[in-house]
Amino acid sequence: MIALDVLTGVLLAAALFFFVSGTVGLLRFPDLYSRLHALTKADNVGLGFTVLALMLQAERGSEMFKLGLIWVLVLAASATVCFLIGNEAYRRGQKPWTSPPHDSRRRQEALPSALNAPSHVGGYDETKARRLT
Amino acid sequence: MSVLYLSAAVALLLTIVLGLGHVFRQPGRADSLLAALLFGSTGVALVLVLGQGLGLARALDIALVFALLAAVLGVAFVLRGWPDDDPKEDSKP
Repeated sequence: MIALDVLTGVLLAAALFFFVSGTVGLLRFPDLYSRLHALTKADNVGLGFTVLALMLQAERGSEMFKLGLIWVLVLAASATVCFLIGNEAYRRGQKPWTSPPHDSRRRQEALPSALNAPSHVGGYDETKARRLT
Repeated sequence: MSVLYLSAAVALLLTIVLGLGHVFRQPGRADSLLAALLFGSTGVALVLVLGQGLGLARALDIALVFALLAAVLGVAFVLRGWPDDDPKEDSKP
């Protein structure tokens, strides 16, 4: 029993870590897409750890099942909501954040020139955005 | 053991309050919704942990309803609640 309680505590601590990183991401990340990502991924891992911790303490199998069901439901819901909001923002032409120019220049100087990626890779693709609308 | 659950619940509540502080920086509508969506994941965990700490068997059902409402909230926002003239979200670091 003691071992189970300790494991519960450890899992709850892990859950708190992920929840805090999700909230910090929401506060600190530069654009809507990355904030969406912080909220819907880190927080779901945290919820997964919470559910695992509480499953260890559940007395009946039905409680365990319900806990698992809650997690699966939240996973499906936040994946759907994340896609809907991200897609709608992209359709409206909201540009994803890219690193400031002076940063990328410094990075390119540090690399041998053969390794330099073309500057448009990973950038905002205007034609692709228009095609989606 | 219940002290552990209750302190975890307090910590979760603090992260939610921090996330809601995001709203007061007056971001666009979508960003305000993100803070509300915190209740979909962090809020569910808060209800679960609180229910375990206080011995409330009904907490599982409440958490289930929270999860459902968060899904409906997001879909309703994208379909109806996002005005077309909403300014673009900020890209400040």
